[in-house]
Amino acid sequence: MSSPASPEPVSPTPPSGGVFVPRTRVLDAGDVQRAVWRMAHEISERNRGTADVVLVGLASGGVAFAARLADALDDIDGTRPPTGTLDVAFHRDDIGLRSVMPHGVTDLPVEITDRVVVLVDDVLFTGRTVRAALDALNDHGRPRAVQLAVMVDRGHRELPIRPDFVGKNLPTRRDELVRVGGDGVEVGEMSA
Amino acid sequence: MSEVLLLRGGVVVDRSGERRADVVVRDGVVAAVGPDVATGVAGTELDCSGAYVMPGFVDLFSGVGEPADPSVETIESATRAAALAGCTAVLVGVDPSAPLDSPAALHHLRALAAGASCAVVPSAALTMGAAGERLVPMAQLADLGVRVFGDPGGVADPTVLRRAMAYAADLGVVVALDPVDPVLAGGGHLHEGPWSSLLGIAGIPAEAEELGVGRALALALRTGVRLHLRRLSTAASLGMVAAARRAGLDLTAEVTAAHALFVDADCAAFDPAFKLEPPLRPAADRDAVAAALRSGVVDALVSGHMPASAVAKNVPFAEAAFGAATLPWYSATVFSPVECPPARAVALLAEGPARIADLTDRQGGPVVAGRPANLTVFDPEAVWAAGPETAVSRTATTPFAGRTLRGRARHTLLDGTAVVICSEAQR
Amino acid sequence: MRHLLGVRGLDRDDLVHLLDLTASFRAVNARPIPKVPALQGRTVATLFFEDSTRTRLSFETAAKRLSADTLSFSVGTSSVKKGESLRDTARTVEAMGVDAIVLRHSASGAPHRLAGWVDAAVVNAGDGWHEHPTQALLDAFTLRERFGTLDGLRVAIVGDIAHSRVARSNVWALHTLGAEVTLVAPRTLLPPDTSAWPVRVTDDLDDVLRTVDVVYLLRMQFERQGAPLVPSLAEYVERFGLTRERAERLGPSTVVMHPGPMNQGVEIAPEVADDPRCLVLDQVANGVSVRMAVLFRLLGAGPLQNAGGGGDV
Repeated sequence: MSSPASPEPVSPTPPSGGVFVPRTRVLDAGDVQRAVWRMAHEISERNRGTADVVLVGLASGGVAFAARLADALDDIDGTRPPTGTLDVAFHRDDIGLRSVMPHGVTDLPVEITDRVVVLVDDVLFTGRTVRAALDALNDHGRPRAVQLAVMVDRGHRELPIRPDFVGKNLPTRRDELVRVGGDGVEVGEMSA
Repeated sequence: MSEVLLLRGGVVVDRSGERRADVVVRDGVVAAVGPDVATGVAGTELDCSGAYVMPGFVDLFSGVGEPADPSVETIESATRAAALAGCTAVLVGVDPSAPLDSPAALHHLRALAAGASCAVVPSAALTMGAAGERLVPMAQLADLGVRVFGDPGGVADPTVLRRAMAYAADLGVVVALDPVDPVLAGGGHLHEGPWSSLLGIAGIPAEAEELGVGRALALALRTGVRLHLRRLSTAASLGMVAAARRAGLDLTAEVTAAHALFVDADCAAFDPAFKLEPPLRPAADRDAVAAALRSGVVDALVSGHMPASAVAKNVPFAEAAFGAATLPWYSATVFSPVECPPARAVALLAEGPARIADLTDRQGGPVVAGRPANLTVFDPEAVWAAGPETAVSRTATTPFAGRTLRGRARHTLLDGTAVVICSEAQR
Repeated sequence: MRHLLGVRGLDRDDLVHLLDLTASFRAVNARPIPKVPALQGRTVATLFFEDSTRTRLSFETAAKRLSADTLSFSVGTSSVKKGESLRDTARTVEAMGVDAIVLRHSASGAPHRLAGWVDAAVVNAGDGWHEHPTQALLDAFTLRERFGTLDGLRVAIVGDIAHSRVARSNVWALHTLGAEVTLVAPRTLLPPDTSAWPVRVTDDLDDVLRTVDVVYLLRMQFERQGAPLVPSLAEYVERFGLTRERAERLGPSTVVMHPGPMNQGVEIAPEVADDPRCLVLDQVANGVSVRMAVLFRLLGAGPLQNAGGGGDV
């Protein structure tokens, strides 16, 4: 179900096999940590504290990031907001086009109804994962609001989705790959 | 027929051996055989270079559908397929649905057979309706020319079988038997063994055939009948035949081409094209069948052609009818992969069957002047594909589908008329 | 994977993949809304030539929880016309627009033939004595949940192996996943030739019970086609039944399984059926999750890719 406007046959999701070959390190570990801190402050400011906030990391790339945001918010506000994980495999819109395997479990430790859910992911690209996540959240309750926090926004949106909290805006080519890790953010490609 | 045919450039093979010779056919008979006999003779030339000129084959087991079910196969389509296999005669009457048991049925069959591409030789049932109870009017039918009698599927009651054999022995006719114990075989669909176990389908044990063979041999010994065992498939059965012959029994035996080629493992994909009667056996038995063809324990190779309609075959394995089309491909098997030398091939395909069915006045060779011109020109190296493209039978299901064969009839002459030219049927 | 016709022929990775998917769907089934939109717009038809309300409902529930639409044809409700061939029935069903056909049939190999006649994905829900792959998968899943792994697990399958598609599928599934399988039956209830099967064969149940982790009991049908398979039911129970006395000799971690429905008092004593070591209810509970995994794998998965690493969608 690729967007009609996109002429390239290359799929955004990396092909199987092969090794990620980094070309440029755009953020180092320190940059990432500072971004985490800033975003945590923004989340706290926007929501006037974290009393009603639930962090939900999207499996698999957003899980570690959500934990780091939770730690940072713990330092800022004195309490660690409840943090869960969400696997959206079964809500994707490309089921039947490619093999979809669940990456992890869905584990929401608290009720999300009437709370502010902050979806957390490492990279925002076409926006389809976030759409699936919004759909999946519906199965678990009715949040008062849903906000989106991403470490990297690499452009090429195919749906009307925008992040509320961004670590770095990073223009990329469609065929490039972005890897977010504890040691920083790299742009590269997959070798065959 | 006043047509003159010149068979040029081939190697004549019959029971006297192989010789480089041309053959002149005139007025339905072989006029001359020799290296130069066609020189200066006017006539239609049939190229035989690289091929054997052999007596036309005699298929002792041809299911023809008609008159029971012409939608499945007609005498016309079956004999056309047989002629393409190199046959000039087929023995019919083996369809389980239409046993030939009366003079009226015989006349009807002969009327249907007019214009066929082979001589259609009737074999009759042993019992009325092949029900295994009352004997057919054997003497009456023998007077009308029937020489071979046998019930499709065998006779269950040994008392009836013994009586039939004794009666037939007096008349000097042949009792052709499907040697199978129907009780032991009943309810099975493929060979009972590792594959039936794996696929979870009721099997037919090898013992069903071996019991049938043992019983037939014991009864034949006492009655002195001319016994012909049909469609043998196991090493043990062939061993019993060899032993019985050594003991002096007047015994002949046939196997089908499929049983010299395919095995029970071919049923692995549940394809009913491999659901045959008797069932395909494991490799050791298949190899024993091939060895018996080469060694002479077996007297005849038959097609076993038993076409089944798509309706009967496009169903799950256990529900499918037994049998499949094997004409026109069966005769190639004796050359490849069984690798019989040409003299042996003639014995298995033509001479042996003609002797068994008492057709030697018109069929089976030798290829000499004065004999009826029932001949086939067989190219042992011709490579062709088996399957829908070369199928002539009305039914498509065949275990040969997708196989490449080596050995093909190029021309076939029926009483001096070419019914197959360059592997194309003329009728 | 285009069809699921049997377990024999699937390799370890295929099986583990399916079990992992089952675990994900089990999590879905534990939610208040046990439903995902994964197969929205797809249609799954159940075509049951043999009555089995339980299995058919399990498949239909699985399809619905994946948001697929279902069509149901069963001989019990006479929507399967007697006399109409399987091929014609299936092509009629397919013409209505289905993506998958779940077939149960009394003839071994029927799903294999069906796969050659239709374009839809074919799932074997039981064919004759041949295979019942989703049963073996749910059995394997149940065991994996209980023991953590099937590697080295000692499993005894007891009863009428010859006529059991559940036994055949389990032999392949358990062996491929690393378990050691022993078949326990009198010779008359064994397939004619199991010499090439990766199993040990014995008729001594008591000997086996001493060292087994799983006792898998098959349903004993006394008669088939009018002929008794064993001299008497009492003799069967005495030699092969899991009686209370035998159950008492089982180790504390040994479990008992049965594909259902149970003949209480024949292959299993009533008290044993209620023993906490009997996993029959777990087996049934896992059925829907397994069937969701199978349908998702056949209809949801496109070309196999390793979805991982780097950028995200």
